[in-house]
Amino acid sequence: MSAVPASTAAPDDILAVSGLTMRFGGIVAINDLSFTARRGQISALIGPNGAGKTTVFNCITGFYKPTAGDIRLTHADGKGYVLQTLNDFRICKVAKVARTFQNIRLFPGLTALENLMVAQHNALMRASGFTLMGLLGMPGWRAAEKAALDLSSYWLDRIGLYDRADEAAGNLPYGDQRRLEIARAMCTEPALLCLDEPAAGLNARESGELNELLLSIRNDRGASILLIEHDMSVVMEISDHVTVLDYGVRIAGGTPQHVRDDPKVIAAYLGTDEETAIAVMEGT
Amino acid sequence: MAYFSQQLINGLVLGSIYGLIAIGYTMVYGIVGMINFAHGDIFMIGGFVALITFLILVSIGLTFVPVILLLVLLVAMAMTALYGWSVERIAYRPLRHSFRLAPMLSAIGMSFALTNFAQVAQGARVKPVPPIVTGGYSLFERDGFVVQLSNIQIIVVITTLVLLALFTWLVSRTRLGRDMRACEQDQTMAALLGVDVDRTISMTFVIGAALAAVAGMMYLLYYGLVDFFMGFVAGIKAFTAAVLGGIGSLPGAMLGGLSIGLIETMWSAYFSVEYKDVAAFSILIVVLIFLPTGLLGRPEVEKV
Repeated sequence: MSAVPASTAAPDDILAVSGLTMRFGGIVAINDLSFTARRGQISALIGPNGAGKTTVFNCITGFYKPTAGDIRLTHADGKGYVLQTLNDFRICKVAKVARTFQNIRLFPGLTALENLMVAQHNALMRASGFTLMGLLGMPGWRAAEKAALDLSSYWLDRIGLYDRADEAAGNLPYGDQRRLEIARAMCTEPALLCLDEPAAGLNARESGELNELLLSIRNDRGASILLIEHDMSVVMEISDHVTVLDYGVRIAGGTPQHVRDDPKVIAAYLGTDEETAIAVMEGT
Repeated sequence: MAYFSQQLINGLVLGSIYGLIAIGYTMVYGIVGMINFAHGDIFMIGGFVALITFLILVSIGLTFVPVILLLVLLVAMAMTALYGWSVERIAYRPLRHSFRLAPMLSAIGMSFALTNFAQVAQGARVKPVPPIVTGGYSLFERDGFVVQLSNIQIIVVITTLVLLALFTWLVSRTRLGRDMRACEQDQTMAALLGVDVDRTISMTFVIGAALAAVAGMMYLLYYGLVDFFMGFVAGIKAFTAAVLGGIGSLPGAMLGGLSIGLIETMWSAYFSVEYKDVAAFSILIVVLIFLPTGLLGRPEVEKV
């Protein structure tokens, strides 16, 4: 896929969504939405249920073809990609966007290690000379397998699953599965990591561990993260920038503090009951 | 006892051939959830390619049998794999996102197309070949009955075992095998991780067809003939074997193949040859009543 000049995006924006509109029949799920995500930062997309957050993700990762609008991704080397023109596996392979889902979508029958190895498909594919040389056991392939195993081990160690590497992913505890899914997405070596409610269903301790993991991904690996989250303690604690959606429209954007105090956000998020609004916004 | 041993040997050999074909059915079902009804005809094509290659090799003056066998095996696998790839490309891939029955109907159509193609191209008569591999061993004799193990039977069983080992290694240890299993479980997610799902599915068809080609060649060597219609019954039997073993399960396919082969042989030996197919299918029905997912199939667990 050819790289296109990233005209609209500022140099340090990894993702620039402009005028994104998505209609399903008569329903407008997203209406003329524009926002950006900064390189090397954690950007959050929040909003009440049905605000269209997951639809945005589905547009970014090629599940939906947007009715109108533009989704541009710019790599650190300046190469730009128009995501709505890529589809299927190219979103990951070419544009280097990885995502996780609200409901866990690990390969339940594969082991934890194999889940991470599948994510390194493309690296191994090149090294195996597109299967043929791999079957013949060429040394380059062996080295690539070893590199893939090393990266998998690194992530397994990082999420504390090193000892359970050979267990079927479906048999792991819920919290471990969540972290394994993030590790798997990271194994594709993404430029942009999109996480759809990574803290859903986690208890307070697990959610704290998740925060640490995400912060370390940003700090140590310099990854850019785009996050949908309901758990305000996660959003407020780790995001650098927050975009608020309501009924498919962007109603606010800025730092977590800024957004938290915005009366429009409070109203949209929780109706007009301001006391509950403030309570939830503060993550209590 | 001697008679029984002989039938056991015959049944295992026949079962190996069924098993090799059944793997193709079960693999394709596992990854795309459809029954590739053209797979039996791919087996038939494998037999024909083996025959043609054999005749060419003999006509250019090659006489050393192991070399002939090896070359025939390689050419048959390669050519038939190409057929498998083309069938998927032409008849199934365009219908991937169509309604569920579409690829199945297309498969039935493809089966007829291949059958008739072979009939037109090669003629309708049965094509015999002189015995290529001869000789064998007399194992033991009891009550005047000699138990024979022919060289060709040894070749069939050993080839099957080697291929099975290779294939198991491929599925469980290599990148391609991992990708195949990942696509089997969640194609969308596999694509999001950068796996080219279409390509992986193509490879599945290629591998299934290559195994069917080996079965076709073994059939040719064992029975000494091929005809354009042999894919139909063998295909249905192998499909039955795959269902009996638990469709989607690779060891199940082999086990199912061996079971069908043994049932058929034993029934022919002790009851009547005419009803051997009835016996095989009756056992299938009985097994499916008590084990709906087959012998080694995993019950589908839906998480809510």
